[in-house]
Amino acid sequence: MAARAMSDGRARLARVRTLVLKEWRQMIRDPASIAIGVVLPVILILLFGYGLSLDVKNVPLAVLDQDGSSLASGLIGDLRLSPYFKPYSVTSLHSAERLLAAARVEGILTVPPNFAREARTGTAAVQLIVSGADANTARIMEAYVSGAVAGWAAREAPALAGPVGVQSRLWFNAANDSRYFLVPGLIVLVMTLIGAFLTAMVVAREWERGTFEALFVTPVRAEEILLGKTIPYFALGMVGLALCVLSGRFLFHVPLRGSLLVLLAVSMLYVLVALAIGLLISSAVKNQLVASQLTLIVTFMPATMLSGLLFDLRSMPAAIRAITYVLPARYYVTLLQTIFLAGDIWTVIVPNALALLAMLALFALALRAVTRKRLA
Amino acid sequence: MNGEPGAVLECREVHKSFGPRAPALAGVSLAVPAGRLSALIGPDGAGKTTLMRLACGLLRAERGTLRVLGFDPAVAALRIQERVSYMPQKFGLYEDLTVRENLDLYADLHGVSADARAQRYPQLLHMTDLARFERRLAGRLSGGMKQKLGLACTLVGSPQLLLLDEPTVGVDPLSRRELWQIVSHLVREQGLTVLLSTAYLDEAERADRVIVLQAGRVLAEDVPLGIIRLAAGRTFKLTPAAPENARRLQARLLASSAVIDAVPDAGAVRCVCAQADGPPAAGLTAVAPRFEDGFMVLLRRSHAPEALTDIVLSNPPAPSSGAVIEVRDLVKRFGAFTAVDRVSFSVSQGEIFGLLGPNGAGKTTTFRMLCGLLAPSGGVLRVGGVDVARAGDAARGQLGYVAQKFSLYGPLNVRENLEFFASAYGLRGARRRERIDWAMRQFDLTRTAGAAADLPGGFKQRLAMAAALLHEPRILFLDEPTSGADALARRAFWRRISALADQGVTVVVTTHFMPEAEYCDHIVIMDSGRVLAQGTPAQVRSLAPRQGELEPTMEDAFIAVVERSRAAEAAAAGAG
Repeated sequence: MAARAMSDGRARLARVRTLVLKEWRQMIRDPASIAIGVVLPVILILLFGYGLSLDVKNVPLAVLDQDGSSLASGLIGDLRLSPYFKPYSVTSLHSAERLLAAARVEGILTVPPNFAREARTGTAAVQLIVSGADANTARIMEAYVSGAVAGWAAREAPALAGPVGVQSRLWFNAANDSRYFLVPGLIVLVMTLIGAFLTAMVVAREWERGTFEALFVTPVRAEEILLGKTIPYFALGMVGLALCVLSGRFLFHVPLRGSLLVLLAVSMLYVLVALAIGLLISSAVKNQLVASQLTLIVTFMPATMLSGLLFDLRSMPAAIRAITYVLPARYYVTLLQTIFLAGDIWTVIVPNALALLAMLALFALALRAVTRKRLA
Repeated sequence: MNGEPGAVLECREVHKSFGPRAPALAGVSLAVPAGRLSALIGPDGAGKTTLMRLACGLLRAERGTLRVLGFDPAVAALRIQERVSYMPQKFGLYEDLTVRENLDLYADLHGVSADARAQRYPQLLHMTDLARFERRLAGRLSGGMKQKLGLACTLVGSPQLLLLDEPTVGVDPLSRRELWQIVSHLVREQGLTVLLSTAYLDEAERADRVIVLQAGRVLAEDVPLGIIRLAAGRTFKLTPAAPENARRLQARLLASSAVIDAVPDAGAVRCVCAQADGPPAAGLTAVAPRFEDGFMVLLRRSHAPEALTDIVLSNPPAPSSGAVIEVRDLVKRFGAFTAVDRVSFSVSQGEIFGLLGPNGAGKTTTFRMLCGLLAPSGGVLRVGGVDVARAGDAARGQLGYVAQKFSLYGPLNVRENLEFFASAYGLRGARRRERIDWAMRQFDLTRTAGAAADLPGGFKQRLAMAAALLHEPRILFLDEPTSGADALARRAFWRRISALADQGVTVVVTTHFMPEAEYCDHIVIMDSGRVLAQGTPAQVRSLAPRQGELEPTMEDAFIAVVERSRAAEAAAAGAG
């Protein structure tokens, strides 16, 4: 019996190793796993990186010159030379508005009548109307137009009595107040998909195909099955993390102000929480379709909508803000935004990491309680 | 160790139920002796799987005691799981792992040493004939090979008890026979204890002991001969005199109270009489009883015969000459895979036409094309004189279709299901009411209440058939209608089908249950998408070599044609 007890630990290790190997083989042979673990991060990176790019270039802009002075055409000529704009001359505000509504142009720059005269008295201003549909582009356009006008005014200074103002108005999304952080957003989405969604799917698949039934009737322990599922998907999560961080750093030059080690530590914590949620869901729902729907609703959607990733937590109604406290993604988003954009601010990192740790402990206990080698 | 000496698995008064339905096991007591091959026999829903799952600790009994290798699965499941091997119904294979990787996985989990592996793998691979496919993904194996790999995986850990849950269901007869040979060999040569469940009665004769399970109760526990003897002196054969055919003769015999059971068999009718006092009528010749005969005697003791009235159609289809269904060089490809390969046959009115073959033979694909649910990749397909590919809807109006697993709406009750299907077929008002009343009356559905999902299999089958006949189709398609049905439901089903055919309805039916071919007027045997044989059951049966006095069975014929076709293929490959 003693020899048996001694070799017991080794037998357990061997079983976990074989389960991990099996899972790994299935993972690399299953197009869906690769799609979610590797292809999806890449697509999200390209989509977020280039589709919602921070760079604004060749923005179509309708230009309405109501003044017609040489001063006004000088300003418009400057914009024409800028790499950031592609001005279209229009003859009436009405046609400019039509172009804006049809999204043919992103903004309307109006040089008002009497521009040249007012410039000499120092009260001149141009009017900018920007489409707010893409808040990010809108904000950047405002800055670029202001910059271009200021640059022009500086060069024309001898002829002007003072600076030229830009009166800007945001159309279509006037109250826009969202923040947008490329890399943190990506990491949260990818970690959530790999941790919760993929895991819930592969466990449900084992139920559906009846493979768990055969696996259960072997000396394997329930916790070994859990470990066998956790380790490979944890590793895949780390691959996704690396892809996001590297592309953020080298493709889009996003700064990482905090330390890589802290980033890694909190990401590991979050992946484990997501894994635990995925495993819990699939222990209750033994069907791939329902498991995927449920995981998306319980983890992915809130991670997108309620974590502070897309919508500012402070601008949410109090009741909804209260809900966000039970979402692990909320803490992770805060952690990521802090580590990437502010640095290792311990007063933020410690409480948020502790919240994730508490959740992990809770879910792990729940998981241990519900995991049995039983069918019903 | 507790329990009776020699009993590896013992149940006493075991109860298990799931939800509000009838209990899956209602007081089951049985013992599985060591070193023997025991077969657990019963239709779907008899409780076979539940019993197996209880024995390996995957489920917990509500009442009663279980002992497996001396352990109680409720408290020492792991002890049992270390010592038994279990093959669930879907074989428990990882389809995206190779044959070798599947074996390795189970060897690792059972802690099989490298030495033991080196010794056992070659044996297992040789025995299952899988050595050639070691590197192939399990998902790419045929049904029969998967079944053998599943078996090999259960054997790597040298179990003290092997539990196989319906290992032969849906697998071709050739593979079934091979599996039985392997398992019998293991029991005889290595003294392995095996409990194998099956719904095929003909398999029971090959076991050392049988446990007959019906609706959660043990009907009998005996050696196969003990069951067969129940029908001793009561089995006879009768050849129909023209113009009566075997089916009608069978119906006539079943109507008599002196007859317990009658089935068409090799052109004649076999019957089992209620009393063992000589032939009840002239023209009957005594034949040796089979397991199924004994089983029917057993069943009749606990189940009163169902009062069956033949279905009467209110508007039988008008007689027509020529082929109702015509299929020529039908091909269906899915990518590089040819599911149906140049299949040709024709069916005339009022005929029962059977498509036979194992899972994956291409029956369901052929079927779906006939019903216009799937576009063929090539060939001609005319149903009721209409080209199905061109005029799907026109052809579909004359079709009734009973899908595999019946596709009823589970939460709806009987009448609601019928109302739905009636509306789907465009029946309205008085006509709809009239047709639903007809269906409820003819299929004896008036007394059934509750959701369709909770109905027993036989009722579901009746309801599905009733729904398919609401719009009075000329042609009825049934896909695996008797899969998993018990012997009684099976007989009732064929009786209804015969009545429909007699009134001019053309019936096309698929089955992987070979003896059912005897009910058909014409059959086609398919394997790997091709037609291997076709003709009347007698013609097809004659393709099998005669062995002495015994008439070859449909299963023998199937095995003969498959072996012949594979040999021809191998020869062609060798020549090329």
